[in-house]
Formats: sequence, C-alpha cells, structure tokens
Amino acid sequence: MKLRTLSTALAFAGLTAAGPGFAAGISNDVIRIGFITDMSSVYSDIDGPAGVDAIKMAIEDAGGEINGKKIELISADHQNKADIASSRAREWIDEQHIDLLLGGTNSATNLAMAGVAKEKKVPFIAVGPGSSNLTNSQCSPYTIHYAYDTVALARGTGGAVVEHGGKSWFFLTADYAFGHSLERDTSKVVKDAGGTVVGSVNVPLATTDFSSFMLQAQSSGAKILGLANAGGDFVNSVKAAKEFGITSTMNLAGLLVFINDVHALGLEATQGMYLTSAWYWDLDDESRKWAQRFFERNKRMPSFLQAGDYSAVSYFLRGVKETGTDDADTLMKWMKSNKVNDFFTHDTTVRADGRVLNQMYLMQVKKPDESKKAWDYYNIVAKMKGEDVYTSPEESTCPLLKK
Amino acid sequence: MTAIFGVPIQGLLGQLLLGLVNGSFYAVLSLGLAVIFGLLNIINFAHGALYMLGAFVAWMGLQYLGLNYWLMLILAPLVVGAVGIILERTLIRHLYKLDHLYGLLLTFGLTLLIEGLFRSMYGVSGQPYATPKLLQGGVNLGFMYLPIYRGWVVVASIIVCLLTWFVIERTRLGALLRAGTENPKLVEAFGVNVPLLVTLTYGFGVALAGFAGVLAAPIMQVSPLMGSNLIIVVFAVVVIGGMGSILGSILTGLGLGVIEGLTKVFWPEASNTVVFIIMVIVLLLRPAGLFGKEK
Repeated sequence: MKLRTLSTALAFAGLTAAGPGFAAGISNDVIRIGFITDMSSVYSDIDGPAGVDAIKMAIEDAGGEINGKKIELISADHQNKADIASSRAREWIDEQHIDLLLGGTNSATNLAMAGVAKEKKVPFIAVGPGSSNLTNSQCSPYTIHYAYDTVALARGTGGAVVEHGGKSWFFLTADYAFGHSLERDTSKVVKDAGGTVVGSVNVPLATTDFSSFMLQAQSSGAKILGLANAGGDFVNSVKAAKEFGITSTMNLAGLLVFINDVHALGLEATQGMYLTSAWYWDLDDESRKWAQRFFERNKRMPSFLQAGDYSAVSYFLRGVKETGTDDADTLMKWMKSNKVNDFFTHDTTVRADGRVLNQMYLMQVKKPDESKKAWDYYNIVAKMKGEDVYTSPEESTCPLLKK
Repeated sequence: MTAIFGVPIQGLLGQLLLGLVNGSFYAVLSLGLAVIFGLLNIINFAHGALYMLGAFVAWMGLQYLGLNYWLMLILAPLVVGAVGIILERTLIRHLYKLDHLYGLLLTFGLTLLIEGLFRSMYGVSGQPYATPKLLQGGVNLGFMYLPIYRGWVVVASIIVCLLTWFVIERTRLGALLRAGTENPKLVEAFGVNVPLLVTLTYGFGVALAGFAGVLAAPIMQVSPLMGSNLIIVVFAVVVIGGMGSILGSILTGLGLGVIEGLTKVFWPEASNTVVFIIMVIVLLLRPAGLFGKEK
C-alpha cells in the first residue's frame, strides 16, 4: 500500500517520466489480469472463450512474465447481468488484487464495471461494449475504451450509406440501451448528411420472428433498412429480410456486424451489405499472421473484438514492462501518453477521456463468387481515421477533456 | 384506402397471415406438450431442446450426409423420437409416480445438458439452412408478398395437427392410449402392453417437436438457443389452451400467433409479453384454461 501511495505521488510529480529506472515495483509478485465477458450466451461467439484465448496469446507473447513476475489471467462469465459483473469485479479487486480489469461484451455490464474500477482505482479497459457513454457522459480516469463505439459505427456505416445514395431510412431497433443509442447516433448522422428517417420500430430483444417488422419496414417506403441490433437478432432479421423479398426494394445496413455473423448467415444472404469494423483478419501480412495463429488454436477466424483483446492486453503489458510497475495511476498516465502500435492498430493515441482513437474500416460484404476461400468475406471500401469517427472533444461532455 | 387505427387494411391482412404462420409453430409444439402431459402427466421441459435437436439433425443430415430437406423432414423426427424413447426408458419413467415437479426438474436439466452440448460444439451464432429449391421464392397476394415456404409451414402444421388429433380421439389405438393412462391396471388385464404404449407416446410427442424443428430450420438460424427462446411461450400457450387438451392446444396456438402478430403492428414493444398477459387473464377467469376441464 505504501508503495502504491509513493508511486502515486511520484506520478503526480511527473517524475515517472524520468525513465524506467524509477520502478515502483510490482505488487504481490504477480501481474494479474481479470477478464469478465459473456462466456455462454448470445455474445459468446464474438468474444467469450476465444477472447480468453486471444488474451492468453498476448501473455505468451510477452514471455509469460515481466521482470521475473508471472503474468496471470483469470476470467469469468457475467451472463449479461450487470450486477454479476460488478460484484465479480469488486471481489477480484479486493481479494485477488487484479492489476487490470478487462471488460468483454455488453454495455450494461461494462458501465457497471467502470464504476467499480473508478471507485477502487484500478485500470479498466473495455473492449467488447458499444456504448459511447463509457468515454462521454460516464467517463472515468480509469476507463479506456478500445476498438469501437456506437458513434463510430453510426458515422462509419451511416455516413457511407447516405453518401452512396441511401437517403431515407427505416430503423429496426433492439429495444434496450444499446439499440436505442445506436439508432440515436445513426439518425443524427443520416440527418446531418441530408437524409431522412421515415420511421422505426422497437423490437424486443431475442425475438425469433422478424417477418412482421419486415412488412412494416417495407410499407414505410424507405430505401434503407437500418439494423440497430446485434448477434442473433441481427442474423434473424437479415434472414427474414431476404425471405420476404425486402432486399429487392430496400438495402440493408447492418450497424454492428461481426465476421461471425457473416459466417453464420453465409455470403448469399449478406452480399453487398455495408458494415463498419475496427479490424479484419485479411488487412495486411501482420494481421494475417496473427489471425492464422488464432485460427490454428480456435478453428475460426478472430472477430475484431478478439483481436482487440489481444492488442489491449499487449499494450497494457508493454506499459508494465516500460514503467516497471503495476501501479494504477502510473499505468493510466503511461497509456495516455504512449501510442498503441501493433497489427490491430498503428500509431494510435489514447485520449484523456480514455477513448482509443483507432482507425475504423468501412467494409462491404463480398459476393459469393468474389470470395476465394473460407472467411474471405469483406472488401475494404474506406479507411477512416479515429479522429474523424469518434466523438470529438468539442462534442463530448467528459470533464477529463476540458482542461 | 381503408385503415384501422391508422394501419391500412392490406397491412393488417399481411400481419394476420404472418401471425397464422407463427401460430402453426406454436400449435405443433404445444400439441406435443399436450399429448405428453395429457397421457403421461409429465411436464416436458425438454421440448424446446428437442425442437432444437430436430433442426440440428436436419442440418447435420444436409451438411455431413447430403440428405435433402424432404428426407430429413421424415428422418429427423424419427431420430428425435428415438432419442426421446431412450430418455423415457432410462430416466423419465422412474418419475411417473412422483409429483409433476420432479418431471419438470428432470426435463429442465436435460434441456440444459442438450443445449450445453450443442453450444460447446457449434457455438451460438447458429448455422444457415437453405430453403429447399421447390419452396423457394414467393407469391404476391396483392396485400403482401408471401414466401412459399411460410405457406408450406402452415399447411404442413395443420395436416400434422389434424392427423394427431384424429389418431388420439378417433381411432382404436388412441382409445387404448387414453384408457391406458386412465386405468393402466385394467387395460393391462386385457393384454395390452401399457408401458410400451406410454414410451411410444412420449417418443411421438417429442417427434412432433423434432418435426417443428425441421420446419423452422430454413426460417430461423439453426442455433442451440432457438428452443429456449420459444419454449416459454409455448408453455404459456398450453396453459391458456388447457393442460392436456389436444384440440385446445392447436386452436390456442394458432389464435395466439395471430394476436401476437397484431400486437407487433400496434405496440411492437409488447409483442413478446402479450401471450403472458393473456395467460394471466385466462387463469384468473378460467383456471383450467380455455379448453381444459376442471378436475
């Protein structure tokens, strides 16, 4: 505890920047990372156990130890329940003394964990959740939001679709916080670009049959059907859209699409769809190399969340190595002043509000005859700079940005 | 254009038809439950998992053995029925003399096991299953575009439901079954193998679930979670129709499908709760269900 106070004082004095010689040491002789995500339900394919494995890869690549101190990973299933996530995080911080809390999928659980991390002063990196509130209205000095958020998705896919002539929109929205904020953010982008929103329908989570909503969308006369949902809901709505011939009069815009969804639906059903993704396994040699390793271990290609898990943990461990400490404030300061640079994202800054300004890619799903091999699904339409797609400091209400 | 509460009449007709399609699934599934409960007194919570199993068997047949939809429409229910018979022989039959709750707990446990098994093998994103060639495309009915496959679902479900009702209520075999469950000792005295009858009934009930699973495969993603999303609603349907009433569960299934479809137009947010609201009202007014008899 004394070490911690001491190093905090040093950090405030700005002395840690003096160099690695100033090591406050690693507490409890172990660097412990706690990862809480959906391990068994709707979001477990896009993150889940394979996300755990991606983190293990990061730890192996760091050599399994730093300065002779072992790196340890513990993981848990939050079952998409915010109370389970926050109580587990609390327990781990108090009893296991974790040095990094890593948040997997589901915005509600991550907002809860961010609160605990803030109270206990433990670095928290959220990779899986979408809600932009994590670095805006509910930002915290200990939160870092990796990979993506709803604003970036809206500007990426929404902006591109309007630009390609999709001016009138109808939204099919998952009836909970994530869906609503995705619809809100995308509507704004559409309207700002001169488009119109002719209607929307709130669909209960985990609906099995979307056909009725398809008829409503079709009778709206809109050109674009915006799917503000994810996972199984997304998959089933795309199937219904195809079955009811919606795709002959309207174009679909998937607002949060993972490669696992495309794989599950097949190219026949998804071809031509625009989507926004932080990363794709076939971007460049470096990405392909990492993805191949992941594939050999997990028998499927990684989603951008799983790649993000690896990147986030590698980045954090680099911080521990360079500062020689696991002190929270020192590491938060290090992360906000050192760039992320790996296969996932190049030369990327972490803003004062914790937003990682990684690039986003606008993708279009390939036609079946364009796809040369398994998992060859996307054409890259545009690369968007992090500074352009995320909430700008002027738009944000986070006090950490107002200095 | 004529409109009701701001919804054009054409749109309404479309929604009615879609409700009927979903109602067909409810009907086939709740029919299986009603048969099992009516004749065996078992609350078969594993029904959803076996429905999922039916869809997966169809998918596996196509994926690994190249067997087409039509073959699997017959084979998958047989496979699911066989699985059901094994479950009945090894586990469920020990519970006939105990309270309903034990059967419910056992079958609930089975559900978790079966779903967990498939989840660890195939993940939760699900597998795509193409609509059979013969039933692809759709017809424009004027007020809506009806995919042919959806039409087929209604027709197939109604035929299967009516056949089941006929066998149980109007044939000698059905009469034996009903008598066997009413007073097994007496029926056995006439030389009828009652335990065998009961086993076959369970097998048949879950085969219906398997059949619904195959019907659902091209519409929904073949996913380990597909059963658990549906089973609670189906139980509500059975309760509304009256536990064990065969005709009741068919009619209630179709009717609730339609009501749910209309809710999706007027108040979409409530569409997955409306069935339970109706259930509460029905239970308050007629505790035995719409078609059930008070005991």
